[in-house]
Amino acid sequence: MQKLRYNDNNVIGRQRHKMTKGFTHLDWLESEAIHILREVAGQCANPVLLFSGGKDSICMLRVAEKAFRPGRFPFPLMHIDTGHNYPEVTGIRDKRAAELGERLIVRSVEDSMRRGTVVLKSPFESRNKHQSVTLLETIDEFGFDACIGGARRDEEKSRAKERIFSFRDEFGQWDPKNQRPELWDLYNARRFNGENMRVFPISNWTELDVWQYIARERLELPSIYYAHPRRIVRRNGALQPVTDITPAYPEEIVETLSVRFRTVGDITCTAPVESYADTVEKVVAETASVTITERGATRLDDQTSEASMEQRKKEGYF
Amino acid sequence: MPDQENAAVDNGLLRFLTCGSVDDGKSTLIGRLLYDTKAILADALNAIERTSKRRGLTAIDLSLLTDGLQAEREQGITIDVAYRYFSTGTRKYIIADAPGHEQYTRNMVTAASNADLALILIDARKGLLSQTRRHAFLSRLMRIPHLVVTINKMDLVAYSQDVFEAIMRETLEFAARIGVEEIRFLPISALNGDMLVERGTHMDWYKGPTLLEILENAEVSATEHAAPFRFPVQYVCRPRDATRPELHDYRGFMGRIESGRVAVGDAVTLLPSGKESKIRDIRVLENSLPSAAAGQSVTLLIDDEIDISRGDMIVKTSELPKVARQIDAMLCWFSETPLDPRRKYLIHHTTRDARAILSGIDARIDIDTMRHEYAETLRMNDIAQVGFKLAQPLFVDAYADNRATGAFIVIDESTNNTVGAGMIV
Repeated sequence: MQKLRYNDNNVIGRQRHKMTKGFTHLDWLESEAIHILREVAGQCANPVLLFSGGKDSICMLRVAEKAFRPGRFPFPLMHIDTGHNYPEVTGIRDKRAAELGERLIVRSVEDSMRRGTVVLKSPFESRNKHQSVTLLETIDEFGFDACIGGARRDEEKSRAKERIFSFRDEFGQWDPKNQRPELWDLYNARRFNGENMRVFPISNWTELDVWQYIARERLELPSIYYAHPRRIVRRNGALQPVTDITPAYPEEIVETLSVRFRTVGDITCTAPVESYADTVEKVVAETASVTITERGATRLDDQTSEASMEQRKKEGYF
Repeated sequence: MPDQENAAVDNGLLRFLTCGSVDDGKSTLIGRLLYDTKAILADALNAIERTSKRRGLTAIDLSLLTDGLQAEREQGITIDVAYRYFSTGTRKYIIADAPGHEQYTRNMVTAASNADLALILIDARKGLLSQTRRHAFLSRLMRIPHLVVTINKMDLVAYSQDVFEAIMRETLEFAARIGVEEIRFLPISALNGDMLVERGTHMDWYKGPTLLEILENAEVSATEHAAPFRFPVQYVCRPRDATRPELHDYRGFMGRIESGRVAVGDAVTLLPSGKESKIRDIRVLENSLPSAAAGQSVTLLIDDEIDISRGDMIVKTSELPKVARQIDAMLCWFSETPLDPRRKYLIHHTTRDARAILSGIDARIDIDTMRHEYAETLRMNDIAQVGFKLAQPLFVDAYADNRATGAFIVIDESTNNTVGAGMIV
């Protein structure tokens, strides 16, 4: 038994650890994400990386380069397209995949609609949640055993308890009560045929971390992430872009505002915020001082109920 | 909060664990930290304000921020470890919030495994309870470098210095008994925010730092360089790209430096082969680094053509780990199915797997009394000192010296579930 003694300021005991100068929080997050990607490559036979052209998945590609170059990625890239994506985003998606010389698989919710596996309640219904169906069909088509995604724990309440290696049963379902304990950095990706892992290498990143990383690595993003003029209407407390798919209602007033998108996804459920931040530095500064959460401001589909994300994840959503 | 001139300082990232039950005000403390560091945004605050009103509460219940899942909200309990984030501008924080009820040991051990600091809450009115002893014992078992005991609800004991010091003396005595190496105490009122971010006006007798000052200045263990160099190989890069003949002989060993540091020219030993070579290059993308240290994910190139694959380990020839066919460990059992001493399990250690069979349970530890007792099997949440015989060698250090090479998980191959976690002694 050792004797504990006081020293200054109520610290008792001895200081053992030396701080390293220069290992920043972004270095730490990046290194963790690289480590996770390499674990997927080492433990899974046929993984795939979800890549939409959105800011989180752009960061993921940069991490993948640092993890695997000069070799090729040990996985293809995949996008489940709702058919309602902004062309600026799908443009960057195709451009980045080509620049990297990596294989990009695109599957569309519209294919599932033609097959009859997705049935919309109305033509204007958001196709976002139906991505789950097409995702599971595509996993089946290629026999993927792990899907790597850019989801983050700070995005939404039910994600705060998500594992980095998240186990899905043969129906693609997430059972929050039946997840594997995850200790240290020891990941257990073992699964039987038909079962699937969802892997989230940037789980521990926040929206601000993502923007700081984009600034540090000078990553190209779809232009709609930066301030630009756009025709919108104000609907249910959010700014709704006026597009062919999302026209203004007769009584609504169409305004042109300077806006940027904080998240991009299906046009019908992603709203921009008013902003004049037209450079990455300005967006970093704005993100550091925002007063409303990323999804709260901009995801019309998450506002339906507090538990809506949890429900969609149980159904196989990312 | 950081002032402007420190805005460019980046003190890295600190992971900490909060231990305590709802009754100790743990959720209030986390909510208050997030609120005072502006990590809670207006819409999230509005949502809990509405819920608080619906439940008939007069003040905002900050604890609502930390109940994530529908099942938990329905039952009013916390099932699983939740991760929260905030940043002060100078340092980023990850809070692992372990629930205090069911499956307690399993959740706390999970949350503690990555923590640099444990925040243990004591209710000032109740003093040192067996729950606090459990928290301190598990923090010690998991070798969390820094222990901070916050004595909460000081507002309910008239901010009494005597109460604070009495609890501190009792806790210290216990901490010394279980071998805690570093511990700190501070009086707080999570409800009023005293001594969290602001000092408040009620405890001028306390001269030490606030909780946020402690967090801002705590040193981070992941960057420890004094330990021996350990590099478990995760993946081998052999590009064999016909269009790039210069890469024809490229063999990069990819992984993360788990401890220590390495420089170009260092003499290294490759395990399990025992062959020796020298570090030729340390690469990240197109950059060559002269040296690299714990925490960095890099690609190592060596002088000689030696066959190396995932699961091998690169170490310095002067600092070899133990090559073990038999390990003794503290084992925490997680599965509802008890440990079967006759069965083979899979041990996953660093990037390497080995089949293992129990050679014996030395003693189960009662975490309330710290007494060692006889046991034939282990049930969920049991902790015991055990021995395993291994079918393949592992390259190990004692967990007390090196968390990364001293830790392992146990996998049941019939279900593929993670059923236990071990710390090599």
